[in-house]
Amino acid sequence: MLEIKNLHVKLEEEDKVILKGVDLTVKAGEVHAIMGPNGSGKSTLSYVLSGRDGYEVTDGSATLDGEELLEMEPEARAAAGLFLAFQYPVEIPGVGNMTFLRTAVNAQRKARGEEEMSAGDFLKVVRAKAKTLKIDADMLKRPVNVGFSGGEKKRNEILQMAMLEPKMCILDETDSGLDVDAMKLVSDGVNALRDAGRAFLVITHYQRLLDHIKPDVVHIMAAGRIIKTGGPELALEVEKNGYADILAEVN
Amino acid sequence: MALPQAKQDVLAARIAGLSLPQGGWAGAARADALARLSAMGLPVKRDEYWRYTDPTSLTTPDTPHAAVFDARDEPPAFDGIDRVRLVFVDGVFDPAQSDDPAAAGVEIDRLAAVADRDIHWAQSLYGVLEARGQNPVQRPLAALNTAFATDGVLIRATGKAAKPVALVYIHRDEGSDAILHHCIKLEAGAEVTILENGPAAARFTKVMEVEVADGARFHHIRTQGRDHERRAATHIFARLGAGALFKSFTLTANGVLTRNDAVIELLGDDAVAHVAGAAVGDGNFHHDDTVFITHAGLRCESRQVFKKVLKNGAVGVFQGKILVKPGAQKTDGYQISQSLLLDEDSQFLAKPELEIYADDVKCSHGSTSGAIDETALFYLRSRGVPERMAQSLMVLAFLAESIAEIEDEAIAEDIRSRLEGWLARHER
Ligand SMILES: Nc1ncnc2c1ncn2[C@@H]1O[C@H](COP(=O)(O)OP(=O)(O)OP(=O)(O)O)[C@@H](O)[C@H]1O
Ligand SMILES: [Mg+2]
Repeated sequence: MLEIKNLHVKLEEEDKVILKGVDLTVKAGEVHAIMGPNGSGKSTLSYVLSGRDGYEVTDGSATLDGEELLEMEPEARAAAGLFLAFQYPVEIPGVGNMTFLRTAVNAQRKARGEEEMSAGDFLKVVRAKAKTLKIDADMLKRPVNVGFSGGEKKRNEILQMAMLEPKMCILDETDSGLDVDAMKLVSDGVNALRDAGRAFLVITHYQRLLDHIKPDVVHIMAAGRIIKTGGPELALEVEKNGYADILAEVN
Repeated sequence: MALPQAKQDVLAARIAGLSLPQGGWAGAARADALARLSAMGLPVKRDEYWRYTDPTSLTTPDTPHAAVFDARDEPPAFDGIDRVRLVFVDGVFDPAQSDDPAAAGVEIDRLAAVADRDIHWAQSLYGVLEARGQNPVQRPLAALNTAFATDGVLIRATGKAAKPVALVYIHRDEGSDAILHHCIKLEAGAEVTILENGPAAARFTKVMEVEVADGARFHHIRTQGRDHERRAATHIFARLGAGALFKSFTLTANGVLTRNDAVIELLGDDAVAHVAGAAVGDGNFHHDDTVFITHAGLRCESRQVFKKVLKNGAVGVFQGKILVKPGAQKTDGYQISQSLLLDEDSQFLAKPELEIYADDVKCSHGSTSGAIDETALFYLRSRGVPERMAQSLMVLAFLAESIAEIEDEAIAEDIRSRLEGWLARHER
């Protein structure tokens, strides 16, 4: 599904190289986790994949079901099925959460040549999905993420994902800021979306999330590269010993 | 103090071609206005109050030409609102296109039609608020209007109006110069909604005097038409009694030059005045909101909410003042003026002022100027919203606080859809 090859990325504005040859393949139906020290480039990878400005790809490629992502506008990537749950969800004063969701759902449908969702159908679906994430009617009415608590913002990301039904979901530290119960809610939300046609790339610092969302593959990223890949046991090792051993082993 | 020669010259040239209507109930008020005007002269570029807006084209004897704009398939503003339409074409009343004024359930006369009468209720209003509003800042164009206005409406309400009164200003003649003067009097407890739409003329000089007596409620929503080349200098003078409500909202899309003055006096206790504006300009657009709110009563509330979206060298101006008189305790004054600059060529000039002579008041003002939030734009796009649509959403969000000042949801929706149309036509 997602195939990243030899991806090199630097900042557009300065001569700072952040990704130094990332190789990563995620197959449909799989859940991959990426762990790694702060500043190793995990969020940068997710931003570059989703098309944020400010980065320059100097080498390599990234494809989604064979389509070159890096050439596409962010909205086209979304319509193609890519979704990023932001590490820091953005507040948009003045734009209602509901309006935002409906605009997004219908824009994607339109881009794919599908029929738009009627206001009534949309309302029904969004209410049901919001309920399972314990997002109340008030949060749906408020401006996007404005005044939401950290955990509410993360749940709102998952609601967007549930509404948009993307095929490639990237979750950037969705577990940070969540209380124990919310972590369970969010994980249930993610697990409910797991199926053979969909894949997940879960960026996290903690094993805790991976107890709920069981990964097939775990990658360790350091200094702009994937330095080690393994099974779920790799996450347990990090949890127990930190990164020192792994970094030493590679060097 | 002798009037500078330059101002005298501008004035002499401007009024040479105008005729001062004589006699009738308004004759004395017109003569007084002319005397005021002669003492002030017309504004020139050097005047402090015209520092950001060049008044030259508003005072020339000849009207600068303005092409008539074809709005194509966009319906006129307020089309879906049940209203009584009074239509002026280049400042001339057109009975054929107008509705029966009686349907509004308020008293409506036309200035030109009742000019010959010896007495009229509007005598207590015509030129009266304008004259009060000449202090502490001179407003010569308003005095010129009182002296030379050719027509206007005189509306008096004693109760709740049955329907909004819609003043429809059509522009057909590329060289038209319209001077209209309206007086609106809400007796105690009355409620009236006035809608205005259209460019009116190549150059439009307008005054609206509004007296809102105790407990009365006045709503005003206007759109100034989409003609790119039209010029307008408008004044609203309002005086509020105890517990009175005054709400005015203006949408300005396009227009080479617009100067909208609002001069509001909260005289009675517990009065509320809100003035708001949403202006969107692309290219040759200069839009000036100048507001002067005087708090004299106790516990009065005023709000100024002005938002401007500017691109391709468009210029926005805001001059807003809150004056709290001695004794006007518990005043609650709020003022915000913001611009969203869609490129680096556009500019916003703001001069917010507070002058407070009471000690127990709450006044805040803020003025900002900024570009579109790129992070939010990316967030929207990452959810599949195309760039232009995302930008429109954010622009509408930026304008939302001003549109929220419109109480009637159907009218607010009309304004929103107009803005959406404008944004769609002016995508980058
Ligand atoms: N726009 C930017 N300007 C300057 N430095 C940047 C920018 N974007 C990323 N960086 C730098 O690139 C490196 C990688 O950042 P990134 O956010 O991708 O790390 P991360 O692995 O997600 O870290 P964390 O675990 O703390 O979230 C960091 O050193 C960061 O400071
Ligand atoms: Mg990160």
